[in-house]
Amino acid sequence: MASSDVDRLRAHAAEHGIDTDTLSLTVVDDRYRLVVDGTVYEDLTEGEVRDTLATHPAAVREWAFWHRRAPQADARWAFLRWIEDADAHSSPSDRRAALTEGEQQRWGQLLVRVRLNDAQRRAYELRHVDDADRSAEQLDAYDDPRTARALAKYDNDGRYRPLATAPTLQTGWVFAGLEADALVQAVDFFYPATIANWHRERTGTLDVTHWAETTERQTGIYAVTEELDGAAVDWVAEACCVDSQCLKRRQWDETADRTLDVARGDGTFPCREPCSLVIAAARKWALLEREDQQTYTVQLTPSEKEQLETMLDAVADGTTDEVREADVGNAANRYRARYLRAKRAGDELFESPEDDE
Amino acid sequence: MASALVIAAHGSHLNPDSSTPTFDHADRIREVGAFSEVREAFWKEEPSFREVLRTLDAEEVYVVPLFISEGYFTEQVIPRELRLDGWTPEAWASDGVSATAATFRPRDVEKQVHYCGPVGTHDAMSDVMAHRADTVLDARAGSQVGLAVVGHGTERNENSAKAVQYHAARLREQGRFTEVKALFMDEPPEVDELTSHFDSEDIVVVPLFIADGYHTQEDIPEDIGLTSDYRTGYDVPAMVDGHRVWYTGAVGTDSLVADVILERARDAGASIPANRLDDAHSSPQPV
Repeated sequence: MASSDVDRLRAHAAEHGIDTDTLSLTVVDDRYRLVVDGTVYEDLTEGEVRDTLATHPAAVREWAFWHRRAPQADARWAFLRWIEDADAHSSPSDRRAALTEGEQQRWGQLLVRVRLNDAQRRAYELRHVDDADRSAEQLDAYDDPRTARALAKYDNDGRYRPLATAPTLQTGWVFAGLEADALVQAVDFFYPATIANWHRERTGTLDVTHWAETTERQTGIYAVTEELDGAAVDWVAEACCVDSQCLKRRQWDETADRTLDVARGDGTFPCREPCSLVIAAARKWALLEREDQQTYTVQLTPSEKEQLETMLDAVADGTTDEVREADVGNAANRYRARYLRAKRAGDELFESPEDDE
Repeated sequence: MASALVIAAHGSHLNPDSSTPTFDHADRIREVGAFSEVREAFWKEEPSFREVLRTLDAEEVYVVPLFISEGYFTEQVIPRELRLDGWTPEAWASDGVSATAATFRPRDVEKQVHYCGPVGTHDAMSDVMAHRADTVLDARAGSQVGLAVVGHGTERNENSAKAVQYHAARLREQGRFTEVKALFMDEPPEVDELTSHFDSEDIVVVPLFIADGYHTQEDIPEDIGLTSDYRTGYDVPAMVDGHRVWYTGAVGTDSLVADVILERARDAGASIPANRLDDAHSSPQPV
């Protein structure tokens, strides 16, 4: 054990007093009172404190990590505790035994691992959950948390990801041997503000802003979003906010009194307000919803009708890339779509009411 | 006391490179070490203006908009999204290009926010424009060099043109360039008649834009005659109507913009060490 940790601890106790779940150490008139690992020691001299603490190395190391090395900021601290399920372990030595094996948690598509390194200090590792079983040699290694911004920009196909929490994070990278502060920084670059909002939710202080309030606030070209209400808000959430599209768990509704009939999602971290992507899409839908409905007449075979439905699903589910080139059995196949277009779209596919006049 | 810096930029849902200058400037400032935290925030990307403050530990926060002019974003969108209670554009007491900073307590966090004027209207931006020009000019340029400061134009916001004219006037006064003109994409004097505005054989064109994109990489190179199709590329310099035209691309990508951001925070009371911009004042050097 590092004797410097003991010295720091004693100095900290002399100046501020220490009263944590790990240990408590107070001093009155140069006599110390120490509570550690469930044992109370009274009336200790400085030398006796040092000797006693030396018999509780796990408690001293845990104090040193949680109260000196870990970021002393509520949300980040709570996140680091959660990663290793720290509150589940009854004693500091149990906790360190578990860390020798290693602990891990999922955060969106991130897999966060922590274990004690050779110096008996916490070393954090961050990778994609889909890379859980790959060896570090198979992954590109990074150590600067800022690299996370660049990794978060593109998916595996090189396409831009405008939404950080879309379930399209690229694979193939690893951050190994991170200190606690670098770990939380990297997580915040991958999924900005998720730790802060998760912590607010756990402490009962998440400030949810509902759809009506968010759209009412918009100005300029987005002021029109206020026109979308009722069922259209459900359609927006179903289009953009379900787990297949975003890993945040939607906590907002149309208003506090009108909940949406759409699954909130199973995400670990909450979504407290419609995001800019949803607002930008909602602007388009609000403008489109200004149009009146019309009745169209269309001549299709039953299979062609079914094909239109299948193609709509393929686009909406983002599966068009999965349809093989020659798989003409699939109604969303490109040749099938081109045949339908050639046959039916030569004239107007749908006959408008005006066409009858 | 620890203080944080937030660089508030537009970002994009469509263009992945829009945020690159913001990240670059933030990283330069991180390396200066003047703030305990530096964070990028965006209108279109994450963290949003709405949620950036809660990611910070510091109770003292300087917010610098990485925008060209005072207007819709700096006066309405950013203060509203940051929940700066009591904000009105009058808080800056600005004539359109003279905003410095005003201090507020946002509703959702226990912090003090110093909301600074935009990067684009800071006096130091004139120096960055001159520096930007120097980075493309070489020995082929004669002694008579004209400078065109190019802006988008008014649209809904007259301050957008004011910022361009302001820097053009300052650069004219400094006398480093034989002629200095403020030109615009969508109002007169128009950039597509570039050479008609200058007598100098050499013309250096500096767009007052934050990031390179559609306007600076496609429109302006075609408008000023560098190329008839931006996709085929163009030379710098290129001969246009008997003038050598030197094109810099968006001034906002210049590394010295990081120093302008620092100047903004310093003007608002942040404690910041002397920076590279001070060196650039005395001896402009290409970087």
